[in-house]
Amino acid sequence: MLVIGATSAIAHAVARRYAARGARVFLVARNATLLATHGADLTTRGAGAVGTRVLDALDVAAHGAALDAAFTAFGGLDVALIAHGVLPDQAACERSVAELLDAFDVNARSTVALMSGLAQRFERQGSGVLAVISSPAADRGRASNFVYGASKAAVSVFAAGLRQRLYGRGVRVLTIVPGFVDTPMTASFKKGLLWASPEKVAADIDAALQRGFGVVYTPWFWRWIMLLIRCIPERVYVRMKL
Amino acid sequence: MSSWGRLSSALHETTWLQDRTSAADRISQTILPGIAIGNARSYGDVCLNNGGTAWRTRRLDKFISFDPASGLLECEAGVTLKEITDLVLPQGWFLPVTPGTQYVTVGGAIANDVHGKNHHSRGSFGDHVTGLTLLRTDGETIACGPSSNAEWFRATVGGMGLTGIVADAGLQLRRVNGPWVDSQVDIFESLEQFFELSRTQGASWEYTVAWIDCMAMPGGRARGVFFSGRHSDRTAPVPVPKARSAAWLPPVCVVTTRTSSLFNALYFRRHRQGVQRATQPYWAFFYPLDAISEWNRMYGPSGFYQYQCVVPEQGQLETVRALLEVIKASGAGSFLSVLKTFGARPPAGLMSFPMAGTTLALDFPNKGEESTRLFARLNALVAEAGGRLYPAKDAVMSAVMFCNGYPQAEQFRRYRDPGIESDMSRRLFAGRQ
Repeated sequence: MLVIGATSAIAHAVARRYAARGARVFLVARNATLLATHGADLTTRGAGAVGTRVLDALDVAAHGAALDAAFTAFGGLDVALIAHGVLPDQAACERSVAELLDAFDVNARSTVALMSGLAQRFERQGSGVLAVISSPAADRGRASNFVYGASKAAVSVFAAGLRQRLYGRGVRVLTIVPGFVDTPMTASFKKGLLWASPEKVAADIDAALQRGFGVVYTPWFWRWIMLLIRCIPERVYVRMKL
Repeated sequence: MSSWGRLSSALHETTWLQDRTSAADRISQTILPGIAIGNARSYGDVCLNNGGTAWRTRRLDKFISFDPASGLLECEAGVTLKEITDLVLPQGWFLPVTPGTQYVTVGGAIANDVHGKNHHSRGSFGDHVTGLTLLRTDGETIACGPSSNAEWFRATVGGMGLTGIVADAGLQLRRVNGPWVDSQVDIFESLEQFFELSRTQGASWEYTVAWIDCMAMPGGRARGVFFSGRHSDRTAPVPVPKARSAAWLPPVCVVTTRTSSLFNALYFRRHRQGVQRATQPYWAFFYPLDAISEWNRMYGPSGFYQYQCVVPEQGQLETVRALLEVIKASGAGSFLSVLKTFGARPPAGLMSFPMAGTTLALDFPNKGEESTRLFARLNALVAEAGGRLYPAKDAVMSAVMFCNGYPQAEQFRRYRDPGIESDMSRRLFAGRQ
């Protein structure tokens, strides 16, 4: 499998499950030291082989070579998981257009570029699973974090289109929608009942990678929470504090 | 944030250490004095730091390497013993020493130099640590082990987290044939019988421990059940333990003199009538309480004290008898009471708890002053015998009791990190920072 954003908590928890089964794992991340630490962890946990490559997702020109490396490392690829991303400070983004666009560059621009590159290669190969991590925030804009939500919405819509285009060509496209997960990205949040551990979410993602379809909410109840939220009429929704 | 005893809830400025490379910077940038918190499974206040910083180490959970030929494992300090067992047991290796729960982190196991049912044959956890990386709050990193920078190693093993933050460690595991334990149960009906069993069983079984019924002492004699165990040759896979939880319990203390007496009597009867020899899954033998998640909720919102002392070999029988009599007379009653003899091996750390002699561990619901009065009486007996209390369990020991039990404390002070404090360190090193 290929993991992009391999040092993220959710991605690493998924990679550990693959490693425990002896899978060969190719890790891509920005920080070389962390990449080595995470790689050694997977090797110790039983990965058949671990390949690594340093890549800054913003460096779109370098995407092609990194993806080629991942496809050739183990002679083809079964699964790719794109898991990198940032949670921008909404207030800061409202003050600064530059910050707003930075968030879009990481969450949206670099992600659709990678998805596109992966889609071409999987289509050529005639098989594969392409999974990308989106967010419930993408389902409807909320005053408190619509920059993040909109950047993830681009990913969700792109994935939906790709899923349709690659349908029947052996390539399965999955949109992973994790709710609140206790990770370094959300370190500053107060945790409550709705929060899940990266391990719990990884178990759901693992199951989805093997036989899931379409849009996968994890934990499952987020599908119904977001359905409800999408059903609220705009006139009511606009007054709500969410 | 509370420790396992749920006696108090402390406010911390929490800093999650995300990986071992950035940890040194995070620690040295901290303003308020801090303490490392792993999985918060110690009972008292060794891992609490009210009003200060808590460095959470649980995310330092990466393995670094494992050599299945030699059994040498290197990992970060936030890895739990369960994660180690899950990885190495299928490859024929096991922890050389394990406490009664597998939910403690490696860092916590080192800082408290934990022991297990095999202390008489294999010593404590620190005896099997091949090396560790210590991060100091001034930014210094000290790599130490039993033979390099040994003074730092000896201070850190059992050092209550006060010498620095353990970032990673090496562990020498031990070979086993499989995940099963052959065990034997013997009943004893006096302390003399207990010590006799400790001698005879200890010579031929790697693991020994006794449960003692301190609620009923018919004729002033202690009765109990003596467990012996050793790794079995059976290699078949073990069943997965059934998950149970005490989280549903109402927020009241369900442990009373009455329920304790009843439980203890039933437990004794079950073992007197039950099988004497069995082959059990490793988790059933080592971690019976882990089967019930959040069992500490049994004691309600006020929490509970665990009182664990060790008394030296000389006069141990008389001291243990006196301790049990005080407990019986107080009517406080302990739900679970554990008795074990320690071996004579020199301690791995400067401040390690075990010493040649006998250790007694008891659980008491927190009843405020009534509890502290009982502890004062027990402490007097322990101090007189030349014994000491176990910091990993303690929440109330006085600085005097500490210094008498641990004469090395004076020497230990030199290795303390000035940027590290805990509720316990403020109590035990009171006025003598």
